[in-house]
Amino acid sequence: MPYKNFCLVCSGNQCESAKSEEIFKELKKTVTDLNLGQEIQVVKTGCFGLCTQGPIVKILPDETFYVGVDTGDVKAIIHEHIIGGQTIERLKFKGKAPGKDPRHYQKQIRIALRNCGVINPEDITEYIGRDGYAALGKAIFEMKPADVIEELRKSGLRGRGGAGFPTWLKWKFTHDVKDQSDEVYIVCNADEGDPGAYMDRSILEGDPQSVLEAMTLAGYACGSSKGYIYIRAEYPLAIERLYTAMSQAREYGLLGDNILGSGFNFDIEIRLGAGAFVCGEETALLASIEGERGMPRPRPPFPAVKGLWGKPTVINNVETYANIAQIILRGGDWFSQIGTEKSKGTKVFALTGKINNSGLVEVPMGTTLREIIYDIGGGIPKGKAFKAVQTGGPSGGVITADHLDTPIDYENLVALGSMMGSGGMIVMDEDDCIVDVTKFYLDFSVEESCGKCAPCRIGGRKMYNILNKITRGNGTMEDIQHLKALAVPMQKASLCGLGQAAPNPILSTLRYFEDEYLAHIQDKRCPAGVCKALVTYTIDPDICIGCTVCSRKCPNNCITGERKEPHFIDQERCIKCGICYKGCKFGAVKIA
Amino acid sequence: MGQTPLDAINELREKKRLELHYRKGNEDKIEILIGMGSSGIASGAKNVLRTFNEILNERGITNVLIRRTGSLGLDHAEPTVEIKMTGMPDIIYGKVTQDVAQQIIEKHIIGKELVCGHIYDRPAQDVVKEPTHAL
Ligand SMILES: Cc1cc2nc3c(=O)[nH]c(=O)nc-3n(C[C@H](O)[C@H](O)[C@H](O)COP(=O)(O)O)c2cc1C
Ligand code: SF4
Ligand code: SF4
Ligand code: FES
Repeated sequence: MPYKNFCLVCSGNQCESAKSEEIFKELKKTVTDLNLGQEIQVVKTGCFGLCTQGPIVKILPDETFYVGVDTGDVKAIIHEHIIGGQTIERLKFKGKAPGKDPRHYQKQIRIALRNCGVINPEDITEYIGRDGYAALGKAIFEMKPADVIEELRKSGLRGRGGAGFPTWLKWKFTHDVKDQSDEVYIVCNADEGDPGAYMDRSILEGDPQSVLEAMTLAGYACGSSKGYIYIRAEYPLAIERLYTAMSQAREYGLLGDNILGSGFNFDIEIRLGAGAFVCGEETALLASIEGERGMPRPRPPFPAVKGLWGKPTVINNVETYANIAQIILRGGDWFSQIGTEKSKGTKVFALTGKINNSGLVEVPMGTTLREIIYDIGGGIPKGKAFKAVQTGGPSGGVITADHLDTPIDYENLVALGSMMGSGGMIVMDEDDCIVDVTKFYLDFSVEESCGKCAPCRIGGRKMYNILNKITRGNGTMEDIQHLKALAVPMQKASLCGLGQAAPNPILSTLRYFEDEYLAHIQDKRCPAGVCKALVTYTIDPDICIGCTVCSRKCPNNCITGERKEPHFIDQERCIKCGICYKGCKFGAVKIA
Repeated sequence: MGQTPLDAINELREKKRLELHYRKGNEDKIEILIGMGSSGIASGAKNVLRTFNEILNERGITNVLIRRTGSLGLDHAEPTVEIKMTGMPDIIYGKVTQDVAQQIIEKHIIGKELVCGHIYDRPAQDVVKEPTHAL
């Protein structure tokens, strides 16, 4: 006989440590005692993303969430809720978002990701069944191009590719000059070069039609008949799904000539990039589409007026496009109700690093970092301490625990010395070395610099060398001054955003973690134990029980000691691999 | 006069909308959605897909529709699989190995009970409205 009710008990990290196991046992026992084992199934689940409110029990099929449950509440859950059919108000989750859906607790709303994980990305009819192409029909048959742009203005949508420029304004610039040119182009920036970011790829893989529909809308609004999607060749699955999507759209008369029988023509071509970060910069991207080397050129003139082959060109990011059809369909006012005063709508973040629930997160602008990291991300694994979160990739910076409660939007992130960027969010814990992380980003910027202008080419390399020196224990106090002195001219004199932003990680980490730089320079110490040259591993004889695990695992055979006697590491021969540290179950190996 | 292309698309939309909706309530239709974005595939979604196909064939279960979809957003729990069937709530399973796939078929689909330890929640609320006239 099938079960009538299910009690799901979270056994995620944090609920587990809040004794969810006992609740699970108590529920099982109560169900068995009442002889209801045939009707009620009690199961353990993965994290619900509501960890700060744990332990969590979810009741199905009515989808009720109970938070902060105690073993003493078990009787009430079974008797009042399951048998009596009464919700227990005091335990019920009271999410702050409006609406009846208990899933509101997750603080996420899916607009750009609305179809990801819901539809088959290779079947246009499923997209159509989920509002697909309703916005395009509405725009072409009921709205003038200027109305479409006006709706975008009302929505307050800003570019999701990094800088946050108002999307409607870009479209309007192009719209206003379109008559002076024989052709206008619509370009989608799917380069996505930021380390740790993969939201654009996921949108293209999960819902390619939404981008095609929005580009066609842009074509209608800006008087263009030709679009290009610039995507890196390293994204084969996204490319394949785009091709499938395009041919299906053509088959249904949604792309190509005479779209929906309206007389409007628009078609899209895919251009593959070789995966150079600088090719995400808009002018470099356009050069690359033209078949030139992907190098930036000075702006103005902006692409909106003088872009691809000198013609007016709208260039937007994938996630920006993914929002547009819903805005046209539901109206700009609907969209502008979500978010903060100056940053409307939602933002997709790729949450990675030291976090329990890594993944894509789409939250309204104004959500705090704490909500993202703890409520949605489930906090830091293994009970480690949160150190910082890096946002904005190589153009951004770090945000510390002091600012976890800042509502995130474009302005607030910049005020904290970081950036929205494309939405990579890398969480760091006490085991991450800030100087090392900064060096990683600098290395990235130096590697990816196109070399066209001196401040970026030379300045970036110099800064990297200084960071390298510091992590090797050869840093001096002057080095900090040099870093600061190099940063400002580089920001001012570089030609494109890559060079202008390259010093950001340094300035940001110097602002919040100067003490960690000083530890490397003055004490020759890496507090996180990451910078190999500055680390020594020692065994605490008071803790070591002489289990011999470390000496057996050490690849260089430099740990000695009798069984059941304290062991000892020969510092001369130690290669600092850290295997003994990871292997010791007793915490006897210390890093200094 | 024939139907305009716009009418045709609108008609298809209504039909599909209902179909997407009725899928849930369709008496003997069981749906298995497998998250097949790049990261899903990297963590073994293709093997999971194959395993489901094999076991269903072995068992002679034919009323199942296996569909591939993009990332569900639960990257930490990949491979992820959502099961929709009558008489059971929609459930997302994560960390689905071959063994878990076997359990999902035996327990969830055949036995109508949930598989312990592998249930994860939907990553977010979604903005596309369900059809109201369908109920
Ligand atoms: C070095 C550099 C790399 C960039 N990489 C990307 C990228 O990968 N994807 C993207 O959409 N925008 C990227 N941008 C921003 C684009 O230049 C441009 O602002 C954006 O595509 C505009 O779209 P939006 O207004 O929709 O954000 C990059 C900018 C710079 C300076
Ligand atoms: S700032 Fe760097 S990447 Fe940009 S043009 Fe100059 S050298 Fe090239
Ligand atoms: S593994 Fe730890 S406890 Fe065992 S011998 Fe080495 S240091 Fe001592
Ligand atoms: S650990 Fe239980 S909700 Fe996250």
